[in-house]
Amino acid sequence: MSAFPQPLTGIAAPLDSGALRDNVDTDAIIPSREMRSTGRTGLADGLFAPWRYSDADARAENPDFVLNQPKFRGASILLSGANFGCGSSREHAVWALAEYGIKVVIAESFAPIFYGNCIRNFILPITLDRSALEGLSGHEITVDLAAQSLTCGDATYPFDIDAEAKQMLAEGLDAIDLTLTQAQAITNWTASDKAARPWVYLEHST
Amino acid sequence: MGHTLFEKIWETHAAAQTAGGSTLIAIDRVFLHERTGAAALKRMAEMGRAVLDPARVFAVMDHIVDTRPGRGDSTLMQGGEGFITETRAACKAAGITLFDVNDRDQGIVHVISPEQGIVLPGVTLVAPDSHTCTQGAFGALAWGIGSSEAEHAMVTGTLRLEKPKTMRVTFDGKLQSGVTAKDMILTLIAAHGAGGGAGHVVEFAGEAVRAMDMEARMTLCNMATEFSAMTGLIAPDAKTYEYLAGRTYAPPHFDDPYWSTLKSDEDAAFDQEIVIDAGAIAPMVSWGTSPEHTIPVDGTVPNGPARAHEYTGLVAGVALAGTPIDVAFIGSCTNSRISDLRRAARLLNGRTIAPSIKKAMVVPGSLSVKRQAEAEGLDKVFIAAGFEWRMSGCSLCFFAGGEGFPEGSRTISSTNRNFEGRQGPGIKTHIASPETVAASALAGAIADPRDYMRQEEAAA
Repeated sequence: MSAFPQPLTGIAAPLDSGALRDNVDTDAIIPSREMRSTGRTGLADGLFAPWRYSDADARAENPDFVLNQPKFRGASILLSGANFGCGSSREHAVWALAEYGIKVVIAESFAPIFYGNCIRNFILPITLDRSALEGLSGHEITVDLAAQSLTCGDATYPFDIDAEAKQMLAEGLDAIDLTLTQAQAITNWTASDKAARPWVYLEHST
Repeated sequence: MGHTLFEKIWETHAAAQTAGGSTLIAIDRVFLHERTGAAALKRMAEMGRAVLDPARVFAVMDHIVDTRPGRGDSTLMQGGEGFITETRAACKAAGITLFDVNDRDQGIVHVISPEQGIVLPGVTLVAPDSHTCTQGAFGALAWGIGSSEAEHAMVTGTLRLEKPKTMRVTFDGKLQSGVTAKDMILTLIAAHGAGGGAGHVVEFAGEAVRAMDMEARMTLCNMATEFSAMTGLIAPDAKTYEYLAGRTYAPPHFDDPYWSTLKSDEDAAFDQEIVIDAGAIAPMVSWGTSPEHTIPVDGTVPNGPARAHEYTGLVAGVALAGTPIDVAFIGSCTNSRISDLRRAARLLNGRTIAPSIKKAMVVPGSLSVKRQAEAEGLDKVFIAAGFEWRMSGCSLCFFAGGEGFPEGSRTISSTNRNFEGRQGPGIKTHIASPETVAASALAGAIADPRDYMRQEEAAA
């Protein structure tokens, strides 16, 4: 997996021009019917299918949808309102965004499972307040992960990200590999927990 | 200062700190399903990674299996069979216990995990499914994750977590007749927003919660994810242990002193507190495209986002009750357990649904629920009323590309999500309790179940 590019410059594509949409759910990002295999690829085509296509089966584009407009086609930065990524835990939503080329999602807030899925797939979720968000719409912005800041024209906005998530994005770290460096500590903890809570540990029955 | 129930479970499972400042939380149970679990197992195999302790990992076929009688591996959803056969092969290779398509214990993951005694008070349980919070009803820390995190939990036995904040939602007083756990959680989300629980673990407490049976508690916790909470949970009590006693994977005795500690201390402080008067709650029905777009069944549609009004075709100011519906659906991890079916059947008994209803179906949450309902004759009540009676699974809680509702339908549904297109392109979904679904099916329009209950009382 590739690390988050820094700095990253691109046009910020707003979901719903004018008023940013709240509660964009993962069914809208990738509907269940677009999840056609057990793999993580082949999903970009189904990204935002309900809004992006006037006829999803025929892949007939809806010209009004933001990512179909010439200025925003292939955008790497997405803007939305509150509670982005709510609903189903399907990581396919993040895989679809990543495969399409989205590197940054900027929203007023995020649903927790989606946020975690972004970090694991090296998409940067940035939380900004509504007024700042609306000022970014359609503009070229530069995201600097190292400096934790976002620049649009003369304005600069700092953003928060947990130190560990930042490091994982910046260095493209695999969470499992990182945790396995502490495998001995986990083994030791499990041995003492087995003594304290033996009922947790099941005999194999299959 | 005392500790909250969540903090006690967290401390018990804190296996190590990471260099970056997060905590490795030990995971006691992992549950997979064929929709997202197969992806996790496939990737693990590709990466040459093994399941650390397969005896504590379970899987079930629930999401895309057909619910038609006589079903097998083939599905109405194109390509669905691949998910089923790949999941089966991957579980076998990994040594994971699988509840297969027609296993007698098959059912929706959050229905069968408690039925089997897999979730227990004080455990951590994760599944790549957002409604895993349902299982917090047992005093477990149970939450939904992505497929990558499921791999992490299976390979390392832990997850890397930042400690969330805590919230307590107290439902004081007693519910009125005809009002249910579904109406309680919808009231919370309507009042505080679909993002209201973000960053928090929510403990549900209060007189109305203590009075609830385990199935109602599961319904309450089920929609903590629709509140954007990490999860919901309820302190275990005698009802919890009675429910779990004798279940296949539950311990023979609940005598570990750990279990008696599983409650928030009197002086525990929560980061946020919400108190709701349970006695003031009415049957709730959604009008828009987010669970926060929900009002009492006898209310009028408020001013909401333009797009929500446009999608559902309901303008501000109109009464929600009386809105004609085409489809009635009873099922899902929210409301498909035996008590849900009993309550709906009581209302439907001796009545038939309106002729204008194009499709009405009941999908039991598990094959065990189905057998119990059939032993009680509930299937006959549903069929006589005009409902289809199905095999268990997630079914049309979401549209996977196979079976669908008639084009452009407006549905009344005991499910948890009224998102645009959730039940199919252009389908307008109104979420409500099973009794409100039953009452609306009878009326052919969104209806108040209390009206039918009053008729019964008058006749009695």
